[in-house]
This record gives sequence, C-alpha cells and structure tokens, in this order.
Amino acid sequence: MTTFLWGALPYIAFALLIAGLVWRHRYDKFGWTTRSSQVYESKLLNIASPAFHYGILFVLVGHLIGLFVPESWTESLGIRERTYHLFSLYGGTAAGALTVLGILLLIYRRRTNSPVFRATTVNDKLMYVVLLGAIVLGMIAKLTHASGDGYNYRQTIAPWARSLFTLRPRTELMQGVPVLYQVHAVIGMALIALVPYTRLVHMFSAPVQYLFRPYVVYRSRDPRQLGPRPARPGWEKTDA
Amino acid sequence: MRPMAQIAMVMNLDKCIGCHTCSVTCKQAWTNRDGMEYVWFNNVETRPGQGYPRRYEDQDKWRGGWELNKRGALKLKGGGRFRKLAGIFSNPRLPEIKDYYEPWTYDYKNLTDAPLGDDFPVARPVSQLTGKPMKIEWSSNWDDSLAGAPEHGDQDPMVQRVRRQAAEKVKFAFEQTFMFYLPRICEHCLNPSCVASCPSGAMYKRAEDGIVLVDQDRCRGWRMCVTGCPYKKVYFNHRTGKAEKCTFCYPRVEVGLPTVCSETCVGRLRYLGVILYDADKVTAAASTPSEQDLYEAQLGIFLDPEDPVVQRAAEEAGIPYDWMEAARRSPVHALVGKYRVALPLHPEYRTMPMVWYIPPLSPVVDALTETGHDGEDLDNLFGAIDTLRIPLEYLAEIFTAGDVGPVRASLGRLAAMRSHMRAINLGEPPDTSIASSVGMESAEIEEMYRLLAIAKYEDRYVIPTAAVGDARRLEESALPDGCSLDYDGGPGMGGDGPFGQDSGRKQLPLVSVESFHALRKRQTADREDT
Ligand code: SF4
Ligand code: SF4
Repeated sequence: MTTFLWGALPYIAFALLIAGLVWRHRYDKFGWTTRSSQVYESKLLNIASPAFHYGILFVLVGHLIGLFVPESWTESLGIRERTYHLFSLYGGTAAGALTVLGILLLIYRRRTNSPVFRATTVNDKLMYVVLLGAIVLGMIAKLTHASGDGYNYRQTIAPWARSLFTLRPRTELMQGVPVLYQVHAVIGMALIALVPYTRLVHMFSAPVQYLFRPYVVYRSRDPRQLGPRPARPGWEKTDA
Repeated sequence: MRPMAQIAMVMNLDKCIGCHTCSVTCKQAWTNRDGMEYVWFNNVETRPGQGYPRRYEDQDKWRGGWELNKRGALKLKGGGRFRKLAGIFSNPRLPEIKDYYEPWTYDYKNLTDAPLGDDFPVARPVSQLTGKPMKIEWSSNWDDSLAGAPEHGDQDPMVQRVRRQAAEKVKFAFEQTFMFYLPRICEHCLNPSCVASCPSGAMYKRAEDGIVLVDQDRCRGWRMCVTGCPYKKVYFNHRTGKAEKCTFCYPRVEVGLPTVCSETCVGRLRYLGVILYDADKVTAAASTPSEQDLYEAQLGIFLDPEDPVVQRAAEEAGIPYDWMEAARRSPVHALVGKYRVALPLHPEYRTMPMVWYIPPLSPVVDALTETGHDGEDLDNLFGAIDTLRIPLEYLAEIFTAGDVGPVRASLGRLAAMRSHMRAINLGEPPDTSIASSVGMESAEIEEMYRLLAIAKYEDRYVIPTAAVGDARRLEESALPDGCSLDYDGGPGMGGDGPFGQDSGRKQLPLVSVESFHALRKRQTADREDT
C-alpha cells in the first residue's frame, strides 16, 4: 500500500496530467475554456472569484516553497524552523481562509442561482468535490497540527516530494506522516490528475503573452484551409 | 504607405423600414444554436431608443473602446494590459444576459397535451436560462418603433447627451417626435478594441479583407472582448464558454456573395465594397485629439484607388488586381469618399468603424409634408434641416461625435438629389445651381441617384472573391481528400475518432467554387446554354 500510494500514485497522476493536456490540446482545443458563468450572475462572482483565485495562487506558491525549497536552504539564510513555521502558519492560513471563503461563496452561488446551476455538468460537480476536499483537508491538517512548533513536514513530506523527481521515491518517509496530511496528499494527487479533464484546465492558459504582443493582431487566411476544413465543434450536428 | 484592403458596408438609413428581415436571416444563419439564444449579430434598433444591449452607448458604465491618456496616446478605456491581467478572474464591466434580455421559448406542448377542460390551453413563456416559467419584460427590440418611448425614451444615452447641450428637449410627444431605424452589425473596425482586449490573442483582423474574427480554438473565455467592444458586438456563448461575433459572412464574401443581411435586406439599402486604407496611419488617426475631428481623420487614411502611387504601392503590398478593380468600382468608396454622404457610427470610440451610414432625411421630409409644405423643394428642405435642430443634433451625436456640420452636409446633398431628380422627372431642365450649392456636379448627383435610388444588385455589391489567384488550387483541393465512400453510413465510413464521436478531425463536404460560379451564371443567364 505504501509503495502504491507514495511510489506509484504520484507518477500515475503526473502521467494522467500530461496525457490529458496533450489530448486536450490535440483533440479538444475548442473545449479548453474557463466556461465562465458570469453572464448569468455577476455581483457575487465579482467578489468570490477574485478571492478564490488569488487565494489559491498564494496557496500554490506556499506549497511550492514548502515542498521544493529544502530546509537546509532556508536555514543557511538564517531562518529558523520556528520562524518558518509561524510564517507558514499565518501566511498559509490567511491564504487558505481566503480560498475557502471564495470557494464556499462560489459553490453557494452555483447552487442557488438557477441558470448557473443548470449550466453545471457532472464533470464540474466531481471537480468541485475533489477541489473542495483538497482545500478543506489541507486546512484541517495544517490547523490540527498547529500547536507549538507544529508538524514539520519539511523533514518528511518535502524530501519525499523531491525524491519523486530523481525517480527513486523515498516512500518510507511518508509512513510516519499524520493521517490528515496523508489524505490531503492523496486527494491533492487526484486533483492534479483531474485538471486536464475538467474546466480546471484553464489554469494552463494564463495569458501572459498579452503583456508583450502588439494590441491589434493581424492574421492571413490559412492557405491550407482553402479546401475542405475540419468540422467545427460547437455547431450542432445536422443531417445535411 | 502600407495599403490594406477592407470589405466595408454602407447602409442607407432612409430606406430602412425596420422589418428585421436582416436580423432574422442572420440569426437563422449564425446564431440559432444553444448558448446563443440571446445573440443577434445583426440587430435593428429604433432611435431614439436604448438599443441592444440596453444603453450600450453609455461608455462611462461599460468602458468600451479607446480613450487618450494624458500624453495623448491611445489606451483601452477598460484598462491597460496589467489591469486586464490582474482583473482576469472576474470582469466587473461585463454585461449580464439580462442587460440584453432573458431568452425564452414557449411551452408549446401544453397546447396539444393539456387535458380536456373548460379553459383553452395556453403556451406559457419558459425561460431558456432557468427552464422555469417567466414573465417577459424586455427583449432585443422592446422599444421598437418608439414603443414605450414616453416612458423609456429618456434613457437613450444619446438623448441625454443632446439634452445636456441643447436647452430644448427631445420630445416624445406623439406629434413632435421623430424616429428612424438603425440596423447594426459588427463594425469590423480598423483599430478594433475587441482584438486589443483579448488576452489570449484569439481575436484577429484578417489581413486580406479586414474581417474581424474570433479563433474558436484559441479563445479561453476571458470575456475581455465583450467589454472592449464599445458597440457590444462580441457576445459570450454561455454554453460553449467562447466569444462569438459577426463574421461578415466570410464564407459567402470569400466567394463573392454578399452577406446574408445584405442579400435579404428588403429595403435594399446595404452596400458592400472594398476600401483601401493606409495601415501605417491608423493609430495616428485614431489618436486625433478632438473627438469631432475623428470623422475627417478617418477619411484621411482611406486611399484613392485611382491614384497611380496608391496603385503601385498596393501592387507591392500584394493586393490582387481584381481587388484593385473592385476598389475602383466600390460603392462604399463612392458613398464614403466621393459623395461624402455616409458617416461612421460613433467615431468617438476611436475604433475606426467600417460600417458607415447615410443619415436619414426622412424625419425632415416627414415633418415638412406634415406641415403642408412641399417636401421636395430645396429651399424648404434646407430650411427644415436647420430648423429641425433636434433631429440634426441627435444624428450628430450618433454619427459625428456631436458635430452637426458633416450631418448637415450629407443631408444637404440628399436634399439636393431629391430636388434635382424631381426636376428631371417632371421634364424640367434641372437647376445646376442646386448641385453646385452642395458642392457637386449635376452628373455626380445623377450617378449618386443611380447608386442610391436605382440601386442595382451589381452596383450595390462589388465583392472580389478571396482566391481568384488560388482558383486552380481551390478547385483541386475541393476534390475530396479521403475516400469518396466515407460519407455517413456509407460503406467506407471513416468512423469515429480515437475518443468517440466528437474527437479527431473530420472533413466537411465542400462545394466547388468553380461550379458555384458556373451555377450562378447559369441561374442569371438569358440563354440556357451559357
Ligand atoms: S465593432 Fe466589431 S471590430 Fe469593432 S470593436 Fe466591436 S467587435 Fe471589434
Ligand atoms: S432587412 Fe433591410 S429594411 Fe429590413 S430592417 Fe433590415 S436593414 Fe432595414
């Protein structure tokens, strides 16, 4: 079990992520969208969506620092474990709280606004369950182990996560980890695997190139498209 | 000089009877799909009126188009690049569907399935957003022909602007009011703020013909274009989560056919043709400091296809010969540049719109004849154009950022054309002073009359095909690439892609362009064998 959870699952999740992205890019560029529901309801979304998105971006940065910056590096900068813990506790909790608040508002909106609810697919619902699960369990894990010096995941989870890249996962490190953290990690991996198959895929199209391109885009007709062109999705099928 | 060609449109508002045929045929062709129920690429609004979406002209609220910053440079009114990206998680300036209208259908089934009873069964309106019964309170065209104008008319942003400037009031009392219809499509602007607002770079202006399109594969649904367009002519498909807009019927235009709205227009008031412009001057013209100079500035970037310098530059720029020919015969070029009767819609948005309008003289003529005057007498008309200040100022708010000069000049030419042609019709020698009083020659007036009043199909639409140079290649590529038995249900059916029906690439059947032209020739020829 240990080997499966901490030795195989991460790779499966990663493979699903990459395969999904490639598949989407090849076959479903048309479906690659945020599928915003703002045209149905704008007021609540204008508060909830930025709260959630900014929150989760901070959370993401926190995870990257926590998992991939080794303790020895911060130590050599003179940051002691206790300082680090407090920083991560307050910073993480603040970002987490913002995220949770945002997502709860978003879910409330989705459930109570009937056009928005009607536009919610099964896929979206599954995604929401996993996403909310990952966020809430992460918060719980962090807060239940908050007292004193807290749980120092930087000696167990973080080295394990880094060992994944060397293709020699140190699964034994994960054995002593508190159950709550373990559950959070597993759901987190499920979420990573789900990303390309749900609307979450829009995170991979952050349009940074907008900052550098000229305002008005010119394009010529594609000479390859002068002849027969592929059927466009989005047009309902007719018998013609 | 960097000449570029643009297919542009002119609409002669005097002839619009507000029948909405254009809107309906356009909808049938392009937006009769899920998620697009509320969308009208072509809509016809009654002015004065709020328009569609409601009060879209109120840019203080919707922040569409461009404005000048302190240094006099163009910037998006909705905020620059950083603002856009920082605010990408929601778009506070996005109109909701309810600002257009909540689309509905009727519960028709009830008409046949209702149990026998004393009451007639009715088909109740059902919202297409919620699926629940709803009360119909607004639509794309609720204030058609001034319906409810005494109540809603004041909410027209242009009425409000005119009021701020003129002490007199725009009246909605029955005897004193005026109205006209304004059909609107996407302007296919030279300086499109929708394209500039798109973070993904999915929107683009086609280099060959200037048509502005959304690449459906690259759009990620950020919705910035909807805000960016001051005319609110980019729409969000709420099922697919992608932006869609008027395509200028490019598949038709490419093979030399007019757009659906033009082809079906009952009033035959739409003109399509090529206009050449200097792409290097667009930004400078759009940054003209005074809003009222923007009309002249835009005229300044159009190129004269008769000018040998322009011809040479166009050839170097790769504009095909038949496009140059089309530009020379272009009715749009004539109405916009030569006769100067067409005016742009809201030049103050600084997007350099390319669908222009001939302002309506009919409110003036109507007012004259109602008071018992001769509505075709030039002096009467000229006098009336000036005394009917309100319609004039209102028109100026719409077409020239409030400058009545060009509107008066355009109406003056139309009025001169009326008197001149009446004399001819009555067999009187036309008074040459009429033409010269509006700065035209008699011959020119008669040419303009042929274009505006006779308005033959071939004169209204001068559309060069996209790929005459490529005709051969086209013809060849029109032959099916795959197996000819690969049709649906056929013996050689290609089958589904690797991930089910919608995956993979499928080829659409294609009608050969050559045979299409041959067909048209056959349909319009006098003899059978041609
Ligand atoms: S009118 Fe058309 S081209 Fe111009 S900004 Fe709007 S959508 Fe873009
Ligand atoms: S079809 Fe022509 S006449 Fe009828 S509303 Fe449209 S533009 Fe006006």
